[in-house]
Amino acid sequence: MLESLQPIISLLDSTIRISTPLIFCAMAGIFSERSGIIDIGLEGKMLLSAFVAATATFLTGSPILGLFAAILASCSASLIHGFACITNKGDQVISGLAINILASGLTITLGIALFSRGGQTPPLGAEQRFMPIEFPFLDQISFVPVLGDLFAEVISGHNLLVYLSILAVFFTYYVIFKTRFGLRLRAVGEKPEAVDTAGISVFKMRYQSILIAGMLCGLAGAYLSIAHGAGFGREMSAGKGYIALAAMIFGKWNPIPTLFACLLFGFLEALGVRLEGVELLWIGEVPVQIMQALPYVLTVVLLAGFIGKAKAPGAIGVPYSKEG
Amino acid sequence: MSDSNIIPKWLSVGVIPLLNLLLAFCVSGLFIFFIGENPFKAISVMIKGAFYYPGAIGYTLYYTTNFIFTGLAVALAFHARLFNIGGEGQAYIGGLGVGLTCLIFDQYLAGFLVTILAILGSVIFGAVWGIIPGYLQAKRGSHIVITTIMFNFIAAALMVYLLVNVIIEPGQMSPETRDFASGVGLVQIHMLAKYLGLNMAMSPLNLSFGIALIVSVGFWFLVWRTKFGYEVRSLGHSETAAIYAGIKVSYTIIIVMAISGGLAGLVAINELLGVHNKLLLGFTAGYGFTGIAVALMGRNHPFGIFLASLLFGALYQGGTELDFEFSSITREMVLLIQGLIILFSGALAYMLNPLVENIYIKYYGNYNNA
Amino acid sequence: MMTNKNRSGNDATVSLPASTRLAIELRDITKRFGHVIANSDVNLRVESGSIHGIVGENGAGKSTLMNILFGLYKPDSGMILLNDKPVEVNSPEKSIALGIGMVHQHFMLVPTFTVLENVMLGNEGSMLLKSGEESVLNRLKSLSKNYGLDVDFEALISDIPVGMQQRVEILKALNRGAKVLILDEPTGVLTPQETIGLFDILRSLKEQGVTIVLITHKLKEIMSITDTVSVMRGGKVVADFATRKTSPEELAENMVGRKVLLSIKKPASKIGKSILEVKNVSHQSKDGVNVLKDISFNLKEGEILGIAGVAGNGQSELLDILSGIETLQKGQMTINDKTISSHQEWNSKKAREFGIAHVPEDRHKRGLVLPFHNYENSILGYHRNDEYSSGFLMDKRKILNFVNELIQNFDVRPRSPLINSGKLSGGNQQKLVLAREIESNPKILLVGQPTRGVDIGAIERIYEDLMKLKSNGTAILLVSVELDEIMSLSDRIIVMNQGTIVGETNSSDATELDIGKMMSGLEQV
Repeated sequence: MLESLQPIISLLDSTIRISTPLIFCAMAGIFSERSGIIDIGLEGKMLLSAFVAATATFLTGSPILGLFAAILASCSASLIHGFACITNKGDQVISGLAINILASGLTITLGIALFSRGGQTPPLGAEQRFMPIEFPFLDQISFVPVLGDLFAEVISGHNLLVYLSILAVFFTYYVIFKTRFGLRLRAVGEKPEAVDTAGISVFKMRYQSILIAGMLCGLAGAYLSIAHGAGFGREMSAGKGYIALAAMIFGKWNPIPTLFACLLFGFLEALGVRLEGVELLWIGEVPVQIMQALPYVLTVVLLAGFIGKAKAPGAIGVPYSKEG
Repeated sequence: MSDSNIIPKWLSVGVIPLLNLLLAFCVSGLFIFFIGENPFKAISVMIKGAFYYPGAIGYTLYYTTNFIFTGLAVALAFHARLFNIGGEGQAYIGGLGVGLTCLIFDQYLAGFLVTILAILGSVIFGAVWGIIPGYLQAKRGSHIVITTIMFNFIAAALMVYLLVNVIIEPGQMSPETRDFASGVGLVQIHMLAKYLGLNMAMSPLNLSFGIALIVSVGFWFLVWRTKFGYEVRSLGHSETAAIYAGIKVSYTIIIVMAISGGLAGLVAINELLGVHNKLLLGFTAGYGFTGIAVALMGRNHPFGIFLASLLFGALYQGGTELDFEFSSITREMVLLIQGLIILFSGALAYMLNPLVENIYIKYYGNYNNA
Repeated sequence: MMTNKNRSGNDATVSLPASTRLAIELRDITKRFGHVIANSDVNLRVESGSIHGIVGENGAGKSTLMNILFGLYKPDSGMILLNDKPVEVNSPEKSIALGIGMVHQHFMLVPTFTVLENVMLGNEGSMLLKSGEESVLNRLKSLSKNYGLDVDFEALISDIPVGMQQRVEILKALNRGAKVLILDEPTGVLTPQETIGLFDILRSLKEQGVTIVLITHKLKEIMSITDTVSVMRGGKVVADFATRKTSPEELAENMVGRKVLLSIKKPASKIGKSILEVKNVSHQSKDGVNVLKDISFNLKEGEILGIAGVAGNGQSELLDILSGIETLQKGQMTINDKTISSHQEWNSKKAREFGIAHVPEDRHKRGLVLPFHNYENSILGYHRNDEYSSGFLMDKRKILNFVNELIQNFDVRPRSPLINSGKLSGGNQQKLVLAREIESNPKILLVGQPTRGVDIGAIERIYEDLMKLKSNGTAILLVSVELDEIMSLSDRIIVMNQGTIVGETNSSDATELDIGKMMSGLEQV
């Protein structure tokens, strides 16, 4: 009987692994979009920082330095976005798209130039990665049925960044809803003129927000290449930035529901992989692609107002100018 | 987005876009320099690769064809102030239209008839993939940018499913359909030349290029000569004025997205009917996204789009040459250039306006005083 | 005639005793937006602890002046003194620190926030909201008790009525220590009862030493609450009064001023049968405000019916409904013996089919597509007509022929069909719109603010064209905030106030004063 629980436990385990970068990116999206800046460039920032994390780690041997380099790279991309959309009042969607394509080309080009491995970075050894952390008391608890396995497989044994991602959710929630900065951030995305007339700089608020988004995307990228993976591979973000975007919309720009959306989307992917080639009773084989498409379909349905209404921040996508 | 009122048109439509393009190329050149290669050598390799070698021009124009279709698709939506990011998915589903038509009819009907039906199929399927986001924007207020992005991924998943599970050639490992019957397809130009007794180097350039040119002219007529085009442009410039003029906003949005999707769908005829002769995975290869860069650079005008497509066609074709000539730069360099072009010609399109305005006023002022 | 006399020693002029303290003094403030001069050498003195009114028509420069005082705009020249000390107010942050608070015409509230969150924005007390919350709440409670500002602090802004939102704005300013409170058109969105409540609050603020500047175009309010008043016109302060020494009539005269009155020859046209009958039309705006209440009137062939009123009293909505931009929610319209009821299809296209042409109030947003060439704009709304097309194609040659004739006949300059309409002057843009609508041979022409932002030469031309149309038997409905325009063009005048018709008169019988009174809601006829 306990044997039959094993697949479920390993499913939950991989759900968490898959969801981690989604969570970082979706929280980044919340910071950016809550301040009124559309962030299509999550994907690109994640990809870029994944590359930089692996490269810096390989060159220095330190995953911590790799992590900081990743954050730096991602923040630079954020600053380009800010320069285009906040300072120059350019189109936020176009700018985000530019960052995605730029990241795609840049990572491969630099990768080939640096390592001549077709765009990949050299593999990283265990000491160059964020390795799984085993919780204490594992042995003492492992004899408890179900709970013991659950603890050992699902809760314990992930790398540092997985736990950081959960922390990031509470951080996001706390900052956005409980602090002065968060109040101003939400206001600047809903009604910038109210912030301006309250004597607060709209530009400064928006730049700060997208920089935080940059940091979070940096963590997502580092997770991909120096924690979950052992090195960078071409296009390794593989659309995760867009799924995170969908999760953020699905969570209605709120951190806690967005966390669940990320877990749901992660679970769907994990389930899809697990069900591949498996005949289910009555249903037959469920194509993995249905699981892959489901996050997007659900988001479209939600956006169309068929299941509740996802309302974007009031001033999103609109550059702010005083005398307009 | 709007052009300056201060400076004359030749500056805002001619000089500033060229300066933006130049900036993008300069930054690209800097990258190449930092990598340790000579940017000027890279340029000459690309130019040779795109125009000089036998068949190079054919390849360049073959890529150009794809970009004309996707560029026009994005541009039409822009005219109605809609941002259609879904060209990639619409082109992909257009391929499904081509594939299904050919697989169903090529055993029963004459080749040229199947080809015509397949062309229609590409347009109709692409259109459907545009209509849904259009409808959701017009009637349910869903943001078209997000919906079209989602539809790209849905299209990708759908096509993988169909190609792996449903329309794959039985006994075949790679996810692609059987070859279309002989006689189906658009003839390649070098074959045509041979038939006419001319000797041309082999290239994938096919009749789709001609169709792209015809469609470009049609696009111009549609946007600037028809009542519908008039309504689209009114809506794009001013929704309030469009309502004042009695234009049906929702209807116009939906039709624009249908045509836009149909235009993107035409990529499939170049790729499937002109080259591959079967439906296969991932044949759109990012052409839909490049269409955005093409439309931005071409300023939503078919002539500009033709020039921009030619540039990107040359970049793509010339880029492949980089692989042979350099050890440290490859064709992916082109992606980098493309990203920079979108950044400078799109997001930062008006960055230079104040500067150029100031210079112009200064010069013009002195001129007046003299 | 009477423009500036009050400036030069009329006995009604405020002469402040030397001992009085000035809370605000503005000296020679000038502000330009591009070519438009919004404020020109404005001087203003407001005594500490008083309620000072600023009246003027739309576009007189009142809001710009106050936005300068609040630090949102930077003046091109001039000086600001607070409590007799020169200060530089270059941002709202600075002005708030100096004790200035402003309640904007369009509220600066975040709709998805609670009242408390809105008040705290920019004055949170500490890094964490929780720890600041209590002290702000306590302060708010005492403020709200002191001044009778009744507000539910936990409610969302989007859920509370406009009147309460305004009280939130006042609380916001007081919470940040405002000693000077500027209110920009505060009663525009209020019901009469809410207005009374607001005035009670303002009086109690005054008692406790707050200086109040009240911007309005409603004379009744000025008379009932202010101590002193300045009248603005055309970007200038044209007169200052002590309120108890002036009258609404005198204020109205100064507000409207007198343009060089153009001599208009009213043609002896005969007024025919009734062609438009509006019955019991009511309308609710998207925010749920009743903008039109039970409007009924009729319009006859060859007649010009003027609708007078201060802007924002329902005239714009009436035009929108008649022209099909808005749907008909309640009531009915009979146009040329055909009746449209509230449940029937009604849109701009349909209105044109009924022979209704429309020169909209806002030619930039509606009447023209500014980036279009003149020839394209010359058929806006009529672009589906067979005259300009063959099949689904537009016939550019026919359109060019048409627009060349149009430009010639109506003297639109420059006489080029291929220039962007956005590059024309206001007068020529208006001539182009009017020409297009007249050329459609309408049975009824709706005209909104025909001479707003139009130079004198073009005004004359526009009046002539309207008269010619009238003598051809077209019925014209004229909406304008320019009273003298209404008086000199119309055969009959309807006055609107707060969404209702408050009076009707023949233009030959009425004086500007009578109509002014009706406009201000002082008197119903």
